[in-house]
Amino acid sequence: MGGLQVPLEHVQVLAALLFSCGLLGLMLRRNIIFMLMSLEVMLNSAALAFVAAGAKWAEADGQVIFLLILSVAAAEISVGLGLVLQIQRRFKTLDMDSANRLRG
Amino acid sequence: MNSLSLIPALPLVSAVLLMIGSARLSKRVVAIFGVGSVGLSALIVASVAQDFLTTGEVQTATLWAWISVANFTPGIAFYIDGLTVVMMSVITGVGFLIHLYSVEFMESDESFARYFSYMNLFVAAMLLLVMADNLLLLYLGWEGVGVCSYLLVGFWYRDPNNGAAARKAFVVTRIGDTAMALGLFLLFTELGTLQIQPLMAAANVQWSGGGTLPVLATALLLGGAVGKSAQLPLHTWLPDAMAGPTPVSALIHAATMVTAGVYLIARTHELFLLAPATMQAIAWLGVATVLLAAFAALAQNDIKRILAYSTISQIGYMFLALGVGAFSAGIFHLMTHAFFKALLFLGAGAVIHCLHHEHNIFKMGGLRTRLPVVFASFLIGSAALAALPFTSGFYSKDSILLAAWALPDIGPILWAGGLLGALITAIYSFRLVFIVFFGEANTEPDKQVGWKIAVPLMVLCVLAAFGGWIGQPLSEVFPATADFHNVAHSVEYIGIAIPLIGLLIAYLVFLGGQLSVSKLTDSSLGKALQNFWRDGWRLDALYHNLLVRPFTGLARLCRNEPVDIFYNSIVSFLRWSHRGLVSLQTGELRWYATTMVFGLLLLVAIMLRNAS
Repeated sequence: MGGLQVPLEHVQVLAALLFSCGLLGLMLRRNIIFMLMSLEVMLNSAALAFVAAGAKWAEADGQVIFLLILSVAAAEISVGLGLVLQIQRRFKTLDMDSANRLRG
Repeated sequence: MNSLSLIPALPLVSAVLLMIGSARLSKRVVAIFGVGSVGLSALIVASVAQDFLTTGEVQTATLWAWISVANFTPGIAFYIDGLTVVMMSVITGVGFLIHLYSVEFMESDESFARYFSYMNLFVAAMLLLVMADNLLLLYLGWEGVGVCSYLLVGFWYRDPNNGAAARKAFVVTRIGDTAMALGLFLLFTELGTLQIQPLMAAANVQWSGGGTLPVLATALLLGGAVGKSAQLPLHTWLPDAMAGPTPVSALIHAATMVTAGVYLIARTHELFLLAPATMQAIAWLGVATVLLAAFAALAQNDIKRILAYSTISQIGYMFLALGVGAFSAGIFHLMTHAFFKALLFLGAGAVIHCLHHEHNIFKMGGLRTRLPVVFASFLIGSAALAALPFTSGFYSKDSILLAAWALPDIGPILWAGGLLGALITAIYSFRLVFIVFFGEANTEPDKQVGWKIAVPLMVLCVLAAFGGWIGQPLSEVFPATADFHNVAHSVEYIGIAIPLIGLLIAYLVFLGGQLSVSKLTDSSLGKALQNFWRDGWRLDALYHNLLVRPFTGLARLCRNEPVDIFYNSIVSFLRWSHRGLVSLQTGELRWYATTMVFGLLLLVAIMLRNAS
């Protein structure tokens, strides 16, 4: 095995679509859980692009970056879920628009 | 010399005591303090005067050094010569009578103690003014007098009009005081001392007659005198100052305070003799004031305003005397004027007191039989004011007019002006008497005067009638005036006849009715002239438009702080941008995320564009 079975452009377009989905979700959803999920989607779409590129030129760098993103995502989600718990306790809601106490 | 320092100290201590204890002392105690302190001062003055008249020696007393900076060492020191003795006698003598009168006049006033503390303070300040041996101490008394006049004119402070009158008195005299302070600075820098006697000696040595410096210095001093003595053009405060209680008008605005300017010029007369130009200006100013105030007095309806304008006019005579170099005649008129004007004011006060605070002379009438004591005092006072023969005013005014006549060149013009003033004076003073005391009664008096009012009136009657025979020990103080015994007798006869003619005219017009002026006063020109004079030649309106309104306009402009507009605009720009930035901080996570996205897009777009 070696190389990429599908054209790189297809994978890149898929990654871009996934990233856009995540971005839209982040910008439009009000529930913090869904926002975190959208973030995961975005991270993973980037990871997909890296992996595909790494496979195309048979370089290990893409997979190294994927591992890095995976650990960043794990760290992010653990901190994020901790915050979600605190937000739920304090505001009795997960609606991020009502948690706007930092308004100037 | 303890007795000398007691003279101003007694009223001063009494004033302080009354201020501190005003709430706790009964009216009886207040009256004893207030009247007693001035009475004791008067007794001490009498003994000092007695000493002076027998020995003729100038007395000096230095209490302590007030300030000592380099070679500037004015002391709290007194200098008592003939002029000071005359002034002290008038201030404490007439002042004592007015204080006694006030006890009854102010009987029902709630601020009895405050009244007497101000009055005592005033007497103390005035005494300090005339006794001072240096100009700085004189200036202290001068300002003290100004403050007290402010306090007393605005005594009934609940009426805002009275407050305005008090402010006007203070501010207008302040204009003169500023000039005077400048004069003192000039004298000190040029001559190196403010001690009056060494100052005058130094001026005689260092300054040549008619030079610029003496004229400038004396003109500045004259500014102060004009303000305090209510002469043209700073006289407008005096008629308004009638807002105070009537005895205050008698004390401040007739007998003593307004004479401070006359005293100042007489005290520093050697400086003025070095400046003939200033002397001439004083004489012209005096005559102009005499005529202007006399015509204004002719048209007034308020009994106190008539007397106020007559005061201005009489002080004009004193200025005329000073201007022609007849200093002792001026001081003589100052003394007789203190007698008869205090008498008139106290008489007017008694009328007002007995007639439910009525001021309009046309609502009085027929009081001759109802208030006989007051009638007698008014009759004598008016006779002296009009300078009818053998009253006190006759002697003093006559000597002023003769001295004016004796002056070369401009003398006869000044004399004629003074004579016209005398005619008008006789007319308006007897107009007052005839309207108030004769004719039919319009208002019934609701009370009679008590002894505390009657006694001062009677004493002043005697003084006003015979005060002209009191000799004044002034020959040592002033240079001898030109001998005017060789003046033609016709001039003297005219001087005697003019007041009598005035009296006759007043009789024919206001009492007998043989001479009708209604045709004259009803014509449009006559009416306009009457209103013009009643408003004091509209000078108040002129000053209001010329000075007060631009000033308040400027003040209103500055209230918005035009200079600060630049700095304030910086502040408001920062505030405005602050508000703009604050509105970006919504606290909403999605908003932050969205702006970040678009910001990034923008940055990427810019970078791509630059790269290509």
